[in-house]
Amino acid sequence: MSDDILVDIEDLHFSYDGRPVLQGINMKIPRGKVVAIMGGSGCGKTTLLRCIGGQLRPTGGRVRLDKHRVSEMSHDELYGLRRKMGMLFQFGALFTDMSVFDNVAFPIREHTDMTEAMIRDLVLMKLAAVGLRGAHRLMPGELSGGMARRVSLARAVALDPMLIMYDEPFAGLDPIALGVIGQLIRKLNDALGATSIMVTHDVQESLLIVDYVYFVSGGRIVAEGTPDELRASRDPFVHQFIHAEVDGPVSFDYPAPSVRDEFLPGVAHG
Amino acid sequence: MADPAALLRKLGHSVIDRIWRLGFAARFLFAILRFSGALFRRPQLIAREVYFSGVLSLLIISVSGLFVGLVLGLQGYETLQRYGSTEALGILVALSLVRELGPVVAGLLFASRAGSSITAEIGLMKTTEQLKAMDMMAVNPIARVVAPRFWGGVIAMPLLAALFSAMGVLGGWLIGVVFIGVDEGAFWAQMQAGVDFRYDIVNGVIKSFVFGIAVSLIAVFEGYDSVPTAEGVSRAITRTVVTSALAILALDFVLTSFMFRGTS
Amino acid sequence: MNRTVLDLWVGIFVAIGIASLMFLALKVGNLSSAHLSETYTLQAKFDNIGGLKVRGPVKSAGVVVGRVAEIGFDPVTYEAVVTMNVDGRYVFPRDTFAGIYTAGLLGEQYVGFDVGGDEAMLKPGDTISKTQSAVVLEKLISQFLFSKASEGQESK
Repeated sequence: MSDDILVDIEDLHFSYDGRPVLQGINMKIPRGKVVAIMGGSGCGKTTLLRCIGGQLRPTGGRVRLDKHRVSEMSHDELYGLRRKMGMLFQFGALFTDMSVFDNVAFPIREHTDMTEAMIRDLVLMKLAAVGLRGAHRLMPGELSGGMARRVSLARAVALDPMLIMYDEPFAGLDPIALGVIGQLIRKLNDALGATSIMVTHDVQESLLIVDYVYFVSGGRIVAEGTPDELRASRDPFVHQFIHAEVDGPVSFDYPAPSVRDEFLPGVAHG
Repeated sequence: MADPAALLRKLGHSVIDRIWRLGFAARFLFAILRFSGALFRRPQLIAREVYFSGVLSLLIISVSGLFVGLVLGLQGYETLQRYGSTEALGILVALSLVRELGPVVAGLLFASRAGSSITAEIGLMKTTEQLKAMDMMAVNPIARVVAPRFWGGVIAMPLLAALFSAMGVLGGWLIGVVFIGVDEGAFWAQMQAGVDFRYDIVNGVIKSFVFGIAVSLIAVFEGYDSVPTAEGVSRAITRTVVTSALAILALDFVLTSFMFRGTS
Repeated sequence: MNRTVLDLWVGIFVAIGIASLMFLALKVGNLSSAHLSETYTLQAKFDNIGGLKVRGPVKSAGVVVGRVAEIGFDPVTYEAVVTMNVDGRYVFPRDTFAGIYTAGLLGEQYVGFDVGGDEAMLKPGDTISKTQSAVVLEKLISQFLFSKASEGQESK
């Protein structure tokens, strides 16, 4: 494995209650890049993210992160590795009983022996990076959706991780907040020299900031490429997804008996 | 429609499910104990939970204790009067409270006041992925969220039960001595002659301690095990209160039969 | 919540809890009055102990000097064997008389010591030889009725 690949996924399988969710995923994510995993709802992209973070154990194949095999690590080893990972959850997942400051300080307090003065400087720096230094006294309940997402982002990068994962970072945001978060993801990734993996179905916003895209459907990778390649792609699936067409390879209709059978059961055929 | 085989299957399923949950709860308790070691280097975490389950229950516990004592005083006086032994009011009130009502009623109140809020808090943290986020930050949610709440409850409960009993005795004194006019000296003297420190008071404290462990475990377990939706959390809260009440009453019977068997 | 305020409240809470426990122990219970930490045991055999129970008081001149520790049955003599823990501060003469009395008409039963004049004192583990059994109310009443009945026959 070459050194410039941070995350290497080989033939990853995962099934839940006997139902296959991931069926043979292969991915190589180079260091320093921002990579998006796209696909419709329920296609297994969040599961894929959980497998990379070690929260789910794959039923087959393997996940390598840096030089570690995530899929075979013990609980303690995983916890050691996770100190070098940051994750942004779908709706921020801020601790509701702590202020914005304490939320960002949480991983620092748990994992380092820094003095309160050092923690204060560090936290305010991280908050300044997401433009919310002035909001450090607020409680999460007082924040808008976009602000909560930014605080959560500051918390995810509090310990300068080498890998940042985003689970639907754009879900439920207004267009302005959406642009802000997109720019922050790119900016923070480059400033920290980290690598980012983003799970999303927000095509237009993601294509603006990412370096590479994987399309997942039915637990398999169906297309991949740089944003420019994908925009130019003739692949019907990619075309439907990028241009948000109602019908295509991904059918508008849920599989059902034919209209004729459903509505006219008594009428003889022919 | 009542297919007996289906009914039996349903019964069997619910029994197996219950046993499975019981086993899971026991393993959960071991996990809490295992991850509690680090907690004693950060007593601040427990202090916060003692505040939430103890300090915030102070008012309801003292007021309820006082009222239970008032009622015991009235009813006790009414009954004892028939036998002309109203000076035994003190011992009647004190023994009822210290041995039974203090731990049991304080436990029930604790379950509905503190237990339900612990379940709600942990269930909400699960619903909003806060527990997963913590796990991703390499912080064990059982050590950081569950264990402090468990110990906070275990510490607060015996103190609340003692407060409940003390307020109840004061209530009995208020009714008996101040309002009705039972002789004050006889009231306290009979009480002190009849209530044994080790036998009555220590056993009462042991009871409240056991109830504290049971209610706290049920509360954190139901919260941690809740289905992460708004409906799931509200069901978990209901289960906490119902299961705690049953556990307290059943444990009370078992403990009483061991502690106060055949004597006096 | 400010940390110092929280600490203060938790401190107040624990103080209230401990104060309640002290109140129960000292004012409600008998921790302050009965220092039965150093005790010695005495035994006494009774024909009938009535309703005497374990932990019942042992009194001399009305003062509690000990507690009943154990009640057993002697299979040879068919007597009740009462073991008592007596306060180590008090010693009693060898000819002390142990009886079972009732506090009030319906009150609890206790062991009463009537002190004799012997120079020698009872040592720990000794058995009190002079005892009087509990008064059984039914026996007393039937005796009374029986004597009344016989009186009536005589007067005819």
